[in-house]
Amino acid sequence: MNPEPPIPLHGEPRLQLLHISKRYPSVLANDDVSLVVRPGEIHAVLGENGAGKSTLMKVIYGAVKADMGEIMWNGRQVDIPDPAAARALGIGMVFQHFSLFETLTVVENIALSLGGEFDLASLAIKVSEVSKRYGLPLDPLRHVYSLSVGERQRVEIVRCLLQNPQLLILDEPTSVLTPQAVRKLFETLRQLASEGVSILYISHKLDEIRELCERATVMRGGRVTGEANPRQESSASLARMMIGRELPHCEAPVFEGERKPLLEIRALSREPDDAFGTRLSDIALTVHSGEVVGIAGISGNGQAELLAALSGETPVAREMVQLCGEAVGHRDAGARRDRGLSFVPEERLGRGAVPAMSLADNALLTAHRQDLVRHGLRRFAAARDFAQRCIERFDVRCGGAAAQARSLSGGNLQKFIVGREIMQTPKVMIVAQPTWGVDVGASAFLRQTLIDLSRSGVGVLVISEELEELFEICDRIAVLAGGRLSPAVPREQTNAEAIGLAMSGLFAQPTPESTHAA
Amino acid sequence: MIEVLIPILAGTLAAATPLIYAGLGELVAERSGVINLGVEGMMLIGAVAGFAAAVETGGGAGVGFLAGAAAGTLAALCFAVITLSLAANQSAAGLALTIFGIGLSAFIGQHYVSHSLPGLKPVALPLLSSIPLIGPVFFKQDMGVYLSFVFFGIVWWVLAKTKLGLMLRAVGESPESAHALGFPVFAIRYGAVLFGGAMAGIAGAYLSTVYTPLWVQNMSAGRGWIAVALVVFATWKPGRLLLGAWLFGGVTILQFHAQALGVRLPSQLLSALPYIATIVVLVLISRDRKLLQLNLPASLGKSFVPGR
Ligand SMILES: Nc1ncnc2c1ncn2[C@@H]1O[C@H](COP(=O)(O)OP(=O)(O)OP(=O)(O)O)[C@@H](O)[C@H]1O
Ligand SMILES: [Mg+2]
Repeated sequence: MNPEPPIPLHGEPRLQLLHISKRYPSVLANDDVSLVVRPGEIHAVLGENGAGKSTLMKVIYGAVKADMGEIMWNGRQVDIPDPAAARALGIGMVFQHFSLFETLTVVENIALSLGGEFDLASLAIKVSEVSKRYGLPLDPLRHVYSLSVGERQRVEIVRCLLQNPQLLILDEPTSVLTPQAVRKLFETLRQLASEGVSILYISHKLDEIRELCERATVMRGGRVTGEANPRQESSASLARMMIGRELPHCEAPVFEGERKPLLEIRALSREPDDAFGTRLSDIALTVHSGEVVGIAGISGNGQAELLAALSGETPVAREMVQLCGEAVGHRDAGARRDRGLSFVPEERLGRGAVPAMSLADNALLTAHRQDLVRHGLRRFAAARDFAQRCIERFDVRCGGAAAQARSLSGGNLQKFIVGREIMQTPKVMIVAQPTWGVDVGASAFLRQTLIDLSRSGVGVLVISEELEELFEICDRIAVLAGGRLSPAVPREQTNAEAIGLAMSGLFAQPTPESTHAA
Repeated sequence: MIEVLIPILAGTLAAATPLIYAGLGELVAERSGVINLGVEGMMLIGAVAGFAAAVETGGGAGVGFLAGAAAGTLAALCFAVITLSLAANQSAAGLALTIFGIGLSAFIGQHYVSHSLPGLKPVALPLLSSIPLIGPVFFKQDMGVYLSFVFFGIVWWVLAKTKLGLMLRAVGESPESAHALGFPVFAIRYGAVLFGGAMAGIAGAYLSTVYTPLWVQNMSAGRGWIAVALVVFATWKPGRLLLGAWLFGGVTILQFHAQALGVRLPSQLLSALPYIATIVVLVLISRDRKLLQLNLPASLGKSFVPGR
């Protein structure tokens, strides 16, 4: 498939990419990519996980050096060796993964990225004004570590806006914003575009793209495979362009087997041992065989602490966690896994997988229980085979079982980790943010997999920020806010509004003030 | 009573001065995310360079300070090239620098073993020195002590109030993010490490040309290590570092007086007392894990290679 010639232009393009190629050891991440962005245009870049979107944006921003190709900026050929050069040209970027400094305050973070006079007091006033005007309210004097993920995203966006860029790159900016914040952000972006700012927008949420963008470039396997006007397409047709086939639907059949409690959480309370943590208070929940239970809520409300207590990373009192009728609260993660618990953490790199190790070695980390170790010795061939089966069954796009975990795109690594846990036939499976940053096709697949797993008699607990996802797969839904858990309600008896209200209503609770010791 | 107290307190300040220099330098380096365990070595190199320069030129402690700073900077430059440009392990390189410094200073110093220097006379600052108690303690000191106050003020002000200080902290927390913002991560880390070297060099030169103005092999006697420990226990805050250094200085002086008064304790134990007391007290104050966590430069000791 050859890239289509760019749409004929009126006026000089702001940014023109000509035949950009970038090769990583195992894949060609960008293959002869050409792209034109005009002034005042909101341009979407769509594509599956690993299509090369982030890589292309990093090339524009100077964070990655292209092997071949040219960049034209306002009609002039330019060389962008590092991010400083990009910023000097007027290019701003909000990264897919955060780039804030946790131990600094909001205004200090913003001051760092602005040139000119260094005056924190007047900048703080400006930040609260501007952020309010853009509908992304911020307290400039808070420390970043005390902010929720959504608030951090707001800081990133406001920081970028204050630089008055000519081209704004947003790599999945809305994955952690509330619907209201997204609406406000879109107003702001439209306003900026009308003032002549060009915007490159990456998202896996197709509804957003149809609402916001007037042109879209679709990528697959590192190549541009088409252009579209998202306003004239449906989400289904955009999905088809991205993944090359119809988007499957999730089916949730009725569970026929016996319904018995598998995971019970009883009056779980815990002080955080982390300066950045949330206190858990009196959490109670039961997960039965054959059901998917969801915990909604914006992360930073105790999600990390609850996950650590359930997985066994931070043991709690014996009776607080019961696994298949046995009190295991005091046991560590390994002992709980021995008893049939599987766990997919929120952080894929560093917790779910070791970035510098191969997929086969990463498989061994939890799946050594599957006879991959005998008499204390590793069985290399068995581990490779296990990883290979996981790659095939879960359609992980990568350079094989020997590829380093860090070389996979976010979505593909997620599929591998979920797959690794499912293949160990657990009794209880706990998953955090199962489809965070995963493309539409793979999300549908992962969700169906979780439902099927539960219908085979497993108890599945899903912690997610995406309400739509929870409503699609869960039988019962609870809300975690400020370290407290609401009772789990059957999906039919609630709706997105009620859950959203519970999330934000409790959200107003103060954060622990003991963390302000600095 | 006051008559006894004043010389003890004044001596405390002088004894603390090498630790303040070396500690401030290491604090800045660690704030940028680089841990340099070569402080002891850089101090010795600075001490011998300062002593040699003062003897050879007859220029006194001022020349000694300049030579010490230059030599310390040079030693830190070797460390920086190895750990920053070549991304080698910082702990190993720092230990090697200390071992090298001990050997080099002993080698050069053997020519100077019988020499001594005049040292520095205390200068009473007009008006200030006539304040009761505080005056004679703080403002009847030698220029080396005053200079350490100046450096303390500068480091505190830069870290707390300027964009440069903010950039330094940012680089120390996440060099990746700082690079993405377009900061010159390498330049900042180089600058911080070289500043640390210069300060360690001055600390050594103060020891050899002012504090005990004669050459003794291995004369820093572990003060470089105390400086490294002080920085951690002071949770990377200049104010706490100052307190820690004064504590060390105070116990050092008390222990001298105790020996002179013939306190019946083995002299080895008395000599070890300043080290033990400083570490125990600092461990106690820095038990607060949250405080440590909030101030710890998160990238401390990790190499940064851009574009990965
Ligand atoms: N540092 C790296 N080393 C090796 N391969 C890499 C590296 N970074 C990315 N890749 C590979 O390049 C390809 C494109 O990755 P990229 O991150 O651009 O995808 P993406 O389109 O942004 O995906 P996602 O939607 O998951 O964010 C992937 O196959 C990935 O495995
Ligand atoms: Mg990406």
